[in-house]
Amino acid sequence: MADTTSKSYFWKGFRDGTPFIFVAIPFGTLFGVFATEAGLNIVQTMAFTSTVFAGAAQFAALQLLQDQTPTAIILVSALAVNLRMAMYSASLTPYLGAAPLWQRACAAYVTVDQSYACSIVQFEKEPQMTVPQRMAYFVGSVTPITPLWILATYLGAVLGTRIPESWALDFALPITFLAMIGPMMRTLPHVVAALVAIVVSLLTVGIPYNLGLLIAGCAGMMAGAQAELFVERRKAAV
Amino acid sequence: MTPVDPVTIWAIVIGLAIGSYALRFVFIGLVGDRPMPPWLLRHLRYTAVAILPALIAPLVVWPTATEGQPDIPRMAAASVALTIGLITKNVLAAIFSGAGTLYGLLYLLG
Repeated sequence: MADTTSKSYFWKGFRDGTPFIFVAIPFGTLFGVFATEAGLNIVQTMAFTSTVFAGAAQFAALQLLQDQTPTAIILVSALAVNLRMAMYSASLTPYLGAAPLWQRACAAYVTVDQSYACSIVQFEKEPQMTVPQRMAYFVGSVTPITPLWILATYLGAVLGTRIPESWALDFALPITFLAMIGPMMRTLPHVVAALVAIVVSLLTVGIPYNLGLLIAGCAGMMAGAQAELFVERRKAAV
Repeated sequence: MTPVDPVTIWAIVIGLAIGSYALRFVFIGLVGDRPMPPWLLRHLRYTAVAILPALIAPLVVWPTATEGQPDIPRMAAASVALTIGLITKNVLAAIFSGAGTLYGLLYLLG
């Protein structure tokens, strides 16, 4: 990654990834606050945020922990939230799969919504990029948010217990996710998947251990996949 | 604030750290350039848009803070955040308008 073009792609990734600090700082702070309120100490919170490095799954695990859910169900549910990382990994493989193993091992650790979203747009826009240039861009895109995410979590954990209830931070999680869901509704199958998942999650809310989440998630994914097939067949027929 | 069993917490942290890394590594690390079955990719494409709404929907309809009573400010904030996100495709705009709606209505409705 030492040559100049790779270096300039690193900085291009860095610039493209910088706006996400406005998501990483509040989200990291909130995680620190929630973790403290859920009963985690500073060491546990920091180990959590720096090794798992996936906001949505971390919040899901804490939510279930507060609901007295058994550990195995917490792990399965939070990993289900993170299943999209496997999709990102799969989607990046044609672009980065030829890099040395140690680089791919590092890239896997920093595969998050933001680095994936930036990079896949860039890789599709400039298909002539070399593998080292792509790797430099990918690492660059996550460099601005990583230290700020960890620092923000620490500040949230330290300040957490002093944040008053009237700030209604219980609802920051739903609002943040809903805000992320809106822009994800790119096609009809995405909308179908989300609507089916919502309806099933409300119908299965009585099922213990939050298993309804997994049932609803699977139902939504199957609905999305079927809707995609349906749309393709309609296009082929026309 | 109730202290939670440290063994449980560490089991969750370590289990999630290993599991999350495995999910991220599985394709880029192990598959390399080999193609994957289309049916699998087709389902994985909808993971995020299915799991995240399923996680949120019950929290919106029956919020924890009101002990499960449906709540107008929270419902309105959720609708605004989703709608602004759909229209503008801008996550930050959606977050700020949703939060503004929540605080505004909580203030007005006491």
